[in-house]
Amino acid sequence: MNYTIPTVDWSLVLPFALVALTGIVALIIETAHPKRDNGLIIGVSLTGLAATFVLLLTQLVLPPARTFGNMVLRDQFSVLLQLICVAATAVCFMFSDGYLREKKIAFGEFYPLTLWALSGAMVMVSTDNLLMLFVGLEILSIALYCLAGMSRSEARSEESALKYFLLGAFASAFLLYGIAFLFGASGSMSLPDIQKAVTGLTRDTLPMPVFGVMLVLVGLGFKASLVPFHQWTPDVYQGAPTNVTAFMAAVSKVAAFGALARVLVAAAPLHQYWFEALYWIAIATMCIGNLVALVQKDVKRALGYSSIAHAGYLLVALLAYTRDPDKVSLGTTVFYLIGYAAMTVGAFAVVSLAAKGDRDGSRYQDLHGLYRRAPFATVMLVLFLSSLIGIPPTVGFFGKQLIFLDALRTGLVPLAIVLAVNSAVSAYYYLQIMVAAFVSEEGAARPVSRKPGAGMTIGVCVCAAGVIFASLLGGYVQETTRTAALQAKPVPGRVQNQMEVINR
Amino acid sequence: MLLPIATMVTEIPISWYLGLGLVMFCLGGVGVVVRRNPVVVFMCIELMLNAVNLTFLTFAAYGIYPGLNKATAYQSAMNGQMMVIFVMAVAAAEVAVGLGIIMAIFRLRNDVDVDDMSSLKN
Amino acid sequence: MSASEIGFLALALLAVIGAAGVVLIDNPVRSALCLVLNFFVLGFIYFTLGAPMIGITQIMVYAGAIMVLFLFVIMMLKRQGAMAKPDKPDSRLGLAVVLGLALAVTVYATVIAPQGVTLPLGIKDYGTPQAVGVSLFTNFVWPFEVVSVLLLVGIVGSIMLAKRRI
Repeated sequence: MNYTIPTVDWSLVLPFALVALTGIVALIIETAHPKRDNGLIIGVSLTGLAATFVLLLTQLVLPPARTFGNMVLRDQFSVLLQLICVAATAVCFMFSDGYLREKKIAFGEFYPLTLWALSGAMVMVSTDNLLMLFVGLEILSIALYCLAGMSRSEARSEESALKYFLLGAFASAFLLYGIAFLFGASGSMSLPDIQKAVTGLTRDTLPMPVFGVMLVLVGLGFKASLVPFHQWTPDVYQGAPTNVTAFMAAVSKVAAFGALARVLVAAAPLHQYWFEALYWIAIATMCIGNLVALVQKDVKRALGYSSIAHAGYLLVALLAYTRDPDKVSLGTTVFYLIGYAAMTVGAFAVVSLAAKGDRDGSRYQDLHGLYRRAPFATVMLVLFLSSLIGIPPTVGFFGKQLIFLDALRTGLVPLAIVLAVNSAVSAYYYLQIMVAAFVSEEGAARPVSRKPGAGMTIGVCVCAAGVIFASLLGGYVQETTRTAALQAKPVPGRVQNQMEVINR
Repeated sequence: MLLPIATMVTEIPISWYLGLGLVMFCLGGVGVVVRRNPVVVFMCIELMLNAVNLTFLTFAAYGIYPGLNKATAYQSAMNGQMMVIFVMAVAAAEVAVGLGIIMAIFRLRNDVDVDDMSSLKN
Repeated sequence: MSASEIGFLALALLAVIGAAGVVLIDNPVRSALCLVLNFFVLGFIYFTLGAPMIGITQIMVYAGAIMVLFLFVIMMLKRQGAMAKPDKPDSRLGLAVVLGLALAVTVYATVIAPQGVTLPLGIKDYGTPQAVGVSLFTNFVWPFEVVSVLLLVGIVGSIMLAKRRI
C-alpha cells in the first residue's frame, strides 16, 4: 500500500503541546509529592502558561498556515483567541489556591485537568476541521465535567457535574449527528470543503446540509449557552467551585464562539436558512438572560444569567459579521471576548473571597462586609461590574459600542435596540451585587473570613488592567482580524440562483 | 462465516441504513427525555452516539456528495470511517468520567434520580 | 425481495428491538442487556457496509468493554439499594414518543427519502485493519495524538472523582 507521510510544521502545534506537557509535569509533581503544598505545581503551571503566552505573541504576526493534513490552522483569529484562553487560565490559577484551601478541596489534580481543558479549547479554536473541533470540544467538556464535581462533599457541586455531564453529552450527540449530515453532503470534514460543496446544490441535496448545520448549531449553542439550550448554565455556574466557574465562563465561551464563527462562515452559502433563526435566538438570549437575572438572590447564579446575556451580545456581533463581512470585522467578536474574559474572571475571583469553610457563600447577603475585609478587591469588583454593565471608560462599554455600531451598519437595527435596552436593564442586578458588597455585616452570623492573598491581588490586577487598557487594543484587533478574515471569507451568492430553481 | 454478510454489500439503498440510524437516534432521544435513572439516560445517549456512527459509516460507503470521483472517493470514505474511530475513543473517555460522577453522587446521597435534584435553586 | 435485503431487515429489526428495549424496559440491567444486543448487531451491520475493522472494534469496545463498565456500575448501585425505585417511563412518555415520531418522519421525508435508491460505491478494502492503520498514522496522526490528552483527562478525572479519601 502506498502512502506518504505529510510534512509537519511543528511550530503550529507547539502552543498546544506546551500546555499539554505542562499539565503532565504538574501531574508528575502531584504524584511525587501528594498532599503537599501546591505551590510548586502552581509555579510550574504559571511558567508554562507564560511561555505559551509569549510563544503565541510571536506567532501573532506570522501569516496564516496549515499543517498535519490541514488538521491544524493558525491565523490571527485563532492566535488571539488562544491568547485570551491562556491569560484567563493563568488568572484562574493565581486566585485558585486560597479558595481551594478555604474549601478544603486543594487537590493537586485541579491544575493538570484545567491545563488539559485549556489545551482542548486551543485545539477547538485553531482548526477548521470538524473532526478536530469535535475532539477539542470533548477534551474541554470532559475535563470540565470532572472539575465541576470537584467539591465532593457538596451535593450542589456533584449535582451540577451530573447535570452538566448528561446535558453536555446529549448536546454533543446532536452536534455529531449534524457533522454526519454535513459530511454526507460534502464528503469531507473540512469546513472550506463543506462550504464549496454546499454552494452548488440541487433540490435533492439541499435539505441534508441545512439539517446538518441546524444540528451543529444546536450543539455549539449549548456550549455557548444560547437561549433554548441555556438551562444548564445557571445551575452549573452556581454549583461548581467558583474558580472552575470562572474558567468555564471565560475559556468555554471563547472556544464556543471561535468554533461558532468558523461554522457560520462556512455555512454562509446557506445564510437564508439559519439567519432568521439565529436572529430570534439572539433576541431571546439577551432578554431572557437579563430578565431572569433580575430576580436572582445568588451572585454566581446571577452572573450565570449575565453570561447568557453576554452570549446574546456576542451572537449579535457574529450575525452582523456574517451578514456583511465587507463592512464589519470579525474583530468585534474577538475584542468583546477579550473584554468579557477579563471582566468575568475578575468578578468571579472577587466573589470567591466570600467562601467560608465548606460553604460557597455566594448569596447576596454573604457578600456583606466584603468591603471591610478586602477593600481593594471590592473596589475592583465595582470596576468589573461596571464594565459588565458597560459604563464608559471600561472595555465593556467599547465592546458594546462596537457591536451596536456593527449592527446598525449591517441593517440589524432591531438587534441594536434590544442590545441597548438590555444593557440598561442589566444595570439593576449588577448594582445590587455592588451594593451587597458595601453593606456592613450587622449581626454577623459569619465570622470574618480569610484575607485576599498575593495571588488573588495579582490576578485581580491583571483583570483590572485588561478591563481598563484592552480598549487601546480595539483598533489593532479589528485590523489584524480583518486581514485574517479575508482568508476565510464567506462566499455569498451563487446559491441564490439555485434557490429560484427550487422554489419553482 | 462473516463472508456471506460482507458480500451483501451491494444491493441495499442508502435510505434503509440512514432510516435505521434515524430510528435509533430518535429512540435514544426519547429515552433521554422519559427516563430518570442517570445510568439509563446515559445508556440512551450512547445509543444516539451509535446511531451517529452508523450514519457516518453509511455516508462513507455510499458517497452521495456532489462532485464525487474516483480520486476523492477513497479519501472521503476514510474520513467518515476515521470519525467513527474517534467517536468511539471519546465515548470511552466519557463513560469513564460519567460513571465516576454517578458513583460520586451516590456516595453523597445514597440515591440517584435526575428529577429529585433540587439543591440548585435560589 | 432479495436475500441481502431480507438479511439487512433481519439485522435492522434486531437493532431496533434492542434500542426500544433500552428505552422501555424499567429494569436497568435488562435495559443494559438490550443495549448489548443493539451494539452487537450494529457490529454486523458495519460488516455489511464494508468496514470489518470498525465492526470488530464495535463489538470489542462497545458491546464488550463499555457495556461491562455499565453493568458493573448498575450492579454496584443496585446492591447498595440505589436503584430500588422503579424507573417506569412516566406520563411524558406519550408526548415524547409522539414528538420523536414526528421528528423521525419529517427528517426521513425531507432529508433521507430524496436520496432515493443510491447504491454503495463498493470501494475496495477501505475498511481493512491495514487501511485504517495507515490512515491513522498519516493523515489522521494529529487527532490521534490529541485524543491521548483526552484519555489522560478521562483517567485523571475519574480518579479524582472516585478516590476514597477526600
